[in-house]
Amino acid sequence: MSHGNMNLTLKVWKQKNKDTKGRFETYDAKGISPDMSFLEMFDVVNEQLISSGKEPIAFDHDCREGICGMCSMYINGRPHGPKGGITTCQLHMRSFKNGDTIVVEPWRSAAFPVIKDLAVDRSSFDRIMSAGGFVSVNTGNAKDANNILIPKDDADTAFDAAACIGCGACVAACKNSSAMLFVSAKVSQLSLLPQGKIEKQDRVLNMVKQMDEEGFGNCTNTGACEAECPKSISLENIARMNREYLGASFTQNKV
Amino acid sequence: MGLTGLFLISFLVVHVTLNSFIFFNDGGASFNAGADFMAHNPVVRILEIGLFAGLLLHIFQALLLTLENRKARPTPYQVVNGGANSSWYSRSMGILGSLLLLFLVVHLGNFWVPTKIAVFSHAEHDTFAGMKEVFAQWYFVAIYLVGVISLLYHLLHGFQSAFQSLGLNHKKYTPLIKKTGIWFSIIVCALFAAMPVTMFLGIIK
Repeated sequence: MSHGNMNLTLKVWKQKNKDTKGRFETYDAKGISPDMSFLEMFDVVNEQLISSGKEPIAFDHDCREGICGMCSMYINGRPHGPKGGITTCQLHMRSFKNGDTIVVEPWRSAAFPVIKDLAVDRSSFDRIMSAGGFVSVNTGNAKDANNILIPKDDADTAFDAAACIGCGACVAACKNSSAMLFVSAKVSQLSLLPQGKIEKQDRVLNMVKQMDEEGFGNCTNTGACEAECPKSISLENIARMNREYLGASFTQNKV
Repeated sequence: MGLTGLFLISFLVVHVTLNSFIFFNDGGASFNAGADFMAHNPVVRILEIGLFAGLLLHIFQALLLTLENRKARPTPYQVVNGGANSSWYSRSMGILGSLLLLFLVVHLGNFWVPTKIAVFSHAEHDTFAGMKEVFAQWYFVAIYLVGVISLLYHLLHGFQSAFQSLGLNHKKYTPLIKKTGIWFSIIVCALFAAMPVTMFLGIIK
């Protein structure tokens, strides 16, 4: 144990599966390096639990470089912990003090049932995507990249929306557990570009319908989602989706 | 929610403008003329029904949304650090709105009911005198100030939020809408707050 290592107390949500009731359990995290990521700290705790014959804490993780969006941890009252614009794997233990008690909970939403402990089922997002989050294309040879000219500003705005990694922090942060930021980012990234514009009316209506069916809450514009989004997706996307939804509801040529 | 909110905001403009006639400090002559016009004009009578309908719809929408939102998170968080990502009043629109509704019950009892009784019994009604009577009591002044403060924070979030909900977001105009919302809320609420205070202190006679 090198100099400057920390000892922490963890209060972690333990739940066997979605049908059982969960509870908090307290763990000691000893000899934690400030340079570890939050997930590496969990690895150390789990190693200790396994070697003493106890059950490790289940949590989601994959890329550990902030691009997969798996590490869904609600840390001390905020998704992905106390820093803005990052995922849990990008959170370092130096953001905490020696002796701190850290409360770690899973994303809480009816649409995100707990699989086990801190791992939640986010397939509701997949179903929203299948409802319209795509561009229908005829397959064939790849077209020349400059066949359709796209203004740089549009490409940039679409790319900013496409930065969404579907982690669900917006839902976790929202007091209403609304998925508006996620859905609006997906609607925007497609409708801003000429290839996606053609289907934009059906897309927004179908994706919003699916979002409501999944049981997400409503948007009251608190802005918590934007503040907690690891990719800083803008609220402008929600306004764009509202605009497209209202427009499509009034003008869509179907009954 | 946004549409009904903006509709109710449009009523606030009329209400605060007309009530500000008391600041002419002419013993209520111009204010009572305005109040008399509002109480007897048939167009205003129809708009009044629309106003109550708008208010009820706003409340109904709020209840429906709140119920849906509760259902969307069956297990609450143990620790919530909401202050880190949003303003307290944007998260408290339900509480602020409920306070406003309680205030409105008192407020309608103070002014709307006596005016209606007078109109239906074809009696003369001095609204300004009624105002002076109500605002001579310190507890009514206190209730009105709580009402106005609730309105201030409700508007600070609600004004700009309504535009966002309707999809009216634009790089050029959104900053303007946000600034207008803040100034609108402050000016309207300061004027409303000044009414009971100046009357209680005897500045408006």
